[in-house]
Amino acid sequence: MVMTPEVLTLSETPWLFTGVMLVKIAVAFVVTLLIVAYATYAERKTIGRMQTRMGPTMTGPKGLLQPIADGLKLFFKEDIIPAQSHWAAFILAPMMILAPAFISIAVIPFGGDLHFNYDGVLYAVPMQITDLNIGLLFIIAMAGLGVYGIVLAGLASNSKYALLGGIRSTAQMISYELAVGLSIVVIFMLSETLSLRGIVAAQQLPLWGLESVSYIPNWYIFCQPLAFGLFVIGSMAEINRTPFDLPEAETELVSGFCTEYSAMKYALFFMAEYANMITVSAVATTLFLGGWGGPFYGWINFLLKVFAFMFFFIWIRATFPRLRYDQLMFLGWKIMLPLALVNIVLTGIAILLW
Amino acid sequence: MAANTETMTINMGPQHPSTHGVLQLILELDGEIVVKATPHIGFLHRGIEKLSEHRTYHQTIPLTDRLDYLAPMSNNLGYVLAVEKLLGITDEIPERVQRIRVIMAELTRLKSHLVWLACHALDIGAMTVFLYCFRERECITDIYEKVSGARMTSNYFRVGGLAEDLPDGLEGDIRDFVESMPAHIEEYEGLLTGNKIWQKRTIGVGEISAEAAIDIGITGPALRASGVDWDLRRDNPYSGYEDYDFDVPVREGCDTFDRYKVRLDEMRQSTRIILQALDKLKPGPILADCPKVVLPAKQDVVNNIESLIHHFKIVTEGFKTEPGEIYQGVEAPKGELGFYLVADGSAYPFRMKIRPPSFVNLQGLPQMVEGKLLADVIAVIGTLDIVLGEIDR
Repeated sequence: MVMTPEVLTLSETPWLFTGVMLVKIAVAFVVTLLIVAYATYAERKTIGRMQTRMGPTMTGPKGLLQPIADGLKLFFKEDIIPAQSHWAAFILAPMMILAPAFISIAVIPFGGDLHFNYDGVLYAVPMQITDLNIGLLFIIAMAGLGVYGIVLAGLASNSKYALLGGIRSTAQMISYELAVGLSIVVIFMLSETLSLRGIVAAQQLPLWGLESVSYIPNWYIFCQPLAFGLFVIGSMAEINRTPFDLPEAETELVSGFCTEYSAMKYALFFMAEYANMITVSAVATTLFLGGWGGPFYGWINFLLKVFAFMFFFIWIRATFPRLRYDQLMFLGWKIMLPLALVNIVLTGIAILLW
Repeated sequence: MAANTETMTINMGPQHPSTHGVLQLILELDGEIVVKATPHIGFLHRGIEKLSEHRTYHQTIPLTDRLDYLAPMSNNLGYVLAVEKLLGITDEIPERVQRIRVIMAELTRLKSHLVWLACHALDIGAMTVFLYCFRERECITDIYEKVSGARMTSNYFRVGGLAEDLPDGLEGDIRDFVESMPAHIEEYEGLLTGNKIWQKRTIGVGEISAEAAIDIGITGPALRASGVDWDLRRDNPYSGYEDYDFDVPVREGCDTFDRYKVRLDEMRQSTRIILQALDKLKPGPILADCPKVVLPAKQDVVNNIESLIHHFKIVTEGFKTEPGEIYQGVEAPKGELGFYLVADGSAYPFRMKIRPPSFVNLQGLPQMVEGKLLADVIAVIGTLDIVLGEIDR
């Protein structure tokens, strides 16, 4: 006999619901933190290989303890707050960057439902902390909040290089958020939902509903390659990765907005950068690559796709030089934004016709 | 409401990741646009010119290593050629010495250009090129180490010859390395030349016209990228450069991209020169037959009273020159490196004036960056290929 799983709700089983929720949050948070730590290791190893060197080798076997050693070192460093800085904003800024980066993880579906038996009842638990019906908007909003941290860091440091970094990031984020936001409008149009779970579910069908090509899933990367390209380029700009790492362009602005930061506060910026990288990879996976769908078990597919994305970002960093400020603006406003708009119009026409 | 705007003065350097040492630039910024750029130099001043006035001619050679420390053998070469000219023994330098000097000078050009490309690319954000270049530079430092015992401050050339002959088997090592070099240059070009971002960052950036370049006195690749066909190796040959068949790359673009291309082509030409020199290298003496100037062999010092006296005189008081003044310029990797020596007949130069190419080329910086963006300043500092050891002396 097959039991229909029941969905946990707060009103019917409050204790079980709360418990499961806390476990989910803890798991998602710890896993993300672990990936953040080892993303730095993976980046150093991968780029090292690409650049004919070894990367970390000395700390632990094959340098595997390097992220932990780095973390410990930064944790025990003296925490300097410059005398001329605005101390409250200075302390607040790194938190304001890190928090949104982690919060976005809350709405991302990692896999299908997890079933478990409790008290004779079969419950279904979605592998997602919460399925907001405006999930995608929430992520865009959180990405927008992250900018405040950078701007605040730039202003509060009271340093000219930090200020320039802050100004650059403001302009960059505003320009690219528009392009990114518009590029994913087509996803809402196709899936007719903003819930990330719904978007993933829509991508599990065969491509364009055609049975003849049923081996190709209906991932939006196949029907919206332009939107995918715009999204990836735009998100690289939003998370300050090379070639768009202007706000912290080391060779120009020393360290940009985090020039004056030290110790754990600096580590928070660093963690935020990698957490953002994970978030962006996860969102791209969810929107364009069919989320957890694929040949393996749910969340394994998801993680593989996320790692593939992160590898791509790392690879780009090893390959490309940095754009200039005016070229970045040109690319954002005069190329990506019109392309995204054209894409929306074309998709609209296509939906109307078919 | 009229906006109240003012420019921001920013202090770039001497502690800054990409001012190539201790250059300080006072930049006046209007937003990201550079209104005024003023280079401040002198943080690395060691008084090499003054120090040389209290040293015998031989004792100054190690100081020249520390001028352009990325191209020590070029400095050695310029200096010893100047002293030889002052002594009038230029024609007595053995052929083997001249060949080895050319090989070393061209290896030095490769070495210097590799560091330039590495840092230039890193400044613009292409990190991988940096490590690729340093991989090849490592081979050159190894060769340096084998001939002179030092990886950077070579102190290898002597007035009248060389400190030591090449160690056994080194010719083969040099040939292997140099033959592999063109493929590596292709590799760097593969990462950069066709790269759209690299082109955007370099084409039309830091332009300087041929007239302006000549007015300032810019030399070297920076001049040749502005369309002026001038190379001392060909136009005023020294050390037997007239025996080699090589091209002088010239381009008309006047910008950072063309300076990049010119330097890469120069690296290819350097490999040609080295291979020709290796082919022409024959066994022979490595010191000129000038007993008043050149230290005798140790064997002679212990067996021969004449040699003992020469050895004693040269070591204790150095050799004396006729009074006079000469100028000798060489085509160093960064441009024309000149040594102007005034001798008063003693064992010390009365005055030594160095014409460092970086110092002169740096003067082009303000007009190349003013009105441009902050990021272009970085690109221009990179493309000028300055070394502060040479600018401050």
